[in-house]
Amino acid sequence: MISRWLLRAFGFGYVGFLVGIPVVAVVWRALAPGFSSAWHSVDTPAGIHALELTLESAAIAVVLNTLFGVGVALILARHRFPGASVVEMLVDLPLSLSPVVVGLALTLFYSSRQGWIGGWLTARGIEVIFAFPGIVLASAFVSLPYVVREVLPVLQELGTDSERAAETLGAGPFTVFFRITLPAIRWGLAYGVLLTTARILGEFGAMSVVSGNIVGQTQTFTQFVSAYFTNYDPAGAYAGALVLGLISMFILAALSVTRSRGERFS
Amino acid sequence: MRGAPGPALAATYLSLLVLLPIAAILSKAFDGGVGAFWREVTQTETLAALKLTIITSLIVVAVNSVAGTAIAWLLVRDRRFALNKVIGALVDLPFALPTVVAGVVLLSIYGAGSPVGIDVAYTRAAIVVALAFVTLPFSVRSVQPVLAALDTDTEEAAASLGATPWTTFRRVTLPSLLPAILTGAGLGFARAVGEFGSVTLFSGNLPFKTEVAAVRIFGLIDSDSLPAAAAVSLALFIVSLVVLTLFSLLRRRLLPVEADS
Repeated sequence: MISRWLLRAFGFGYVGFLVGIPVVAVVWRALAPGFSSAWHSVDTPAGIHALELTLESAAIAVVLNTLFGVGVALILARHRFPGASVVEMLVDLPLSLSPVVVGLALTLFYSSRQGWIGGWLTARGIEVIFAFPGIVLASAFVSLPYVVREVLPVLQELGTDSERAAETLGAGPFTVFFRITLPAIRWGLAYGVLLTTARILGEFGAMSVVSGNIVGQTQTFTQFVSAYFTNYDPAGAYAGALVLGLISMFILAALSVTRSRGERFS
Repeated sequence: MRGAPGPALAATYLSLLVLLPIAAILSKAFDGGVGAFWREVTQTETLAALKLTIITSLIVVAVNSVAGTAIAWLLVRDRRFALNKVIGALVDLPFALPTVVAGVVLLSIYGAGSPVGIDVAYTRAAIVVALAFVTLPFSVRSVQPVLAALDTDTEEAAASLGATPWTTFRRVTLPSLLPAILTGAGLGFARAVGEFGSVTLFSGNLPFKTEVAAVRIFGLIDSDSLPAAAAVSLALFIVSLVVLTLFSLLRRRLLPVEADS
C-alpha cells in the first residue's frame, strides 16, 4: 500500500514538475500583465506577418505531403518492388535527423551561393534559401513521414478485396479511389494530416537555418516568439508561446477525437 | 489516378526534398577528403559538444525509461488513482508543443526569478531537463499499449506463490516490457541527440559547457563554415545510428522471450 502511494507520488510528481507546473507557469506569466497586454505583444505587424507566413507555408507543405503520403502509402502497400525498403528508409529519415541538419541539407542543395542547383535556379530568378520556397521545403521535409506512417498500416490491413470487387463491377480507378479507398483510410489520413500540421507549425531549428529570419518578411512564428527572448522581452515571449501552445492544444484535442473515431469505425 | 506518372512524381519529390539534399551533406562533409572530415569532427569545441550531447541524451533516456515505465504502469494498472486523467493529458503535451514553447515554458519556471526557487537555466542540468521534457511521451506511449495488452495471469500466479509485488514486477512483468522500453528509449534518444529549439533557449549555448551538437552545427552554419557543419552533422548521424542499432540488437535478443509466451 505504501509502495503504491510512493509510485503515485513519483509518477505524478515527475509529470507535474516536468510538464504540469511549467505549462501552468507560462500561462500565468503570459496573462499576468492582463489579457489585452498579452494580445498586443502578438498583435503587431511583425507578429501577424509571421503567423500568416507560417500558416501559408504550412498549408502548401501539408497539401504536398498529403498527396505524396497517400500516393507512396498506396505504392508501398500494393506493389512489391526492389527499392521499397529504400523508399521507406528515406521517408522515415526526417524522424532521426536534427532539424538543424535538415536546414543544412536544404542549404547545401538549394542555396544560390553554395548549393548544388542554387546557381541554376538563381539564373532563372528563383531564390529558395532565405525565401518563401525554402520555408515550404523545410516544412515539408520535417513533416514528411507522418501521413505515410498513419495511412500505410490502414491500407495494409484493408487489403484489396473491395477495390477488386469495385473494379469487376466496372468502376474506373478514380471511382475506386474516391468511393472505396479514401473512405476506408479517412481517419488514419486525418490523424496523419493533423500530426503533419502540428509538426510544421512548431518547427524552429530548420527554419532558423533556412528562412533568413527577416522581421516582417521571412520570420516564421516560432522565430518571432524566440526573438522576444533574444531581445530580453520575456513577457512577449510568454504571450507568443501561449498562442502557439493554444494552437497545439487544439490540434492535440483534434487528434484524440480522431483517434477515438478511427477506433470506433475500424 | 495512380497511373504511370504517380510513382515518377513521388520519386522526384522524394529526391528533391530528401535524397539529394542529404547527398549534398555527405559530399560536403568529405569535400577535403577523409582527413579534413576527421579534423573537423575532432576539433576540441565540436568534440566537447558531441560528447555532451551523447552523455546527456543517454542520461535522459535512462531516467525517462524508468519514469516512463512507472507512469505507464499508473495509467494502465492503477485505474483508481484520481489524478491519472491529469497525467494522461500532460504526457502528450511535449509531443504537440513546439520546441520553442518548451524552451520558453521551462525558462519561465526553472530560470532566473523562478517562482519555485529552482534556477538551472544556462547549466548542463537545463539540457537534461529540456531533453527529458521533449522525450517523455516516447517512453510512456511505447510502454503503455504493451502493458495494457499484457495478460495478468502469470503475475497473479507469481503473487499466489508468495512473490512480493516488487519481485513479481521485476521477474514477471519487466521482462515482457523491456522490448517496448527499449523502443521508447530508441525513439527518445534519436529525438534527444538532434534537439535544438528547447535546448538553445534554456541552456545558454556556452562552448565547452552547455553547447550541444545541434547548436554547434547551427553556429558553424552561421559563421559560414559549411564543410565543418556538414562533417559534424554526419558524425552526429553516425553516432545516433550506432546507438539505435545497439538498442535494436538488444531488443532482438530480448524478443524471443516474448514470442514464446
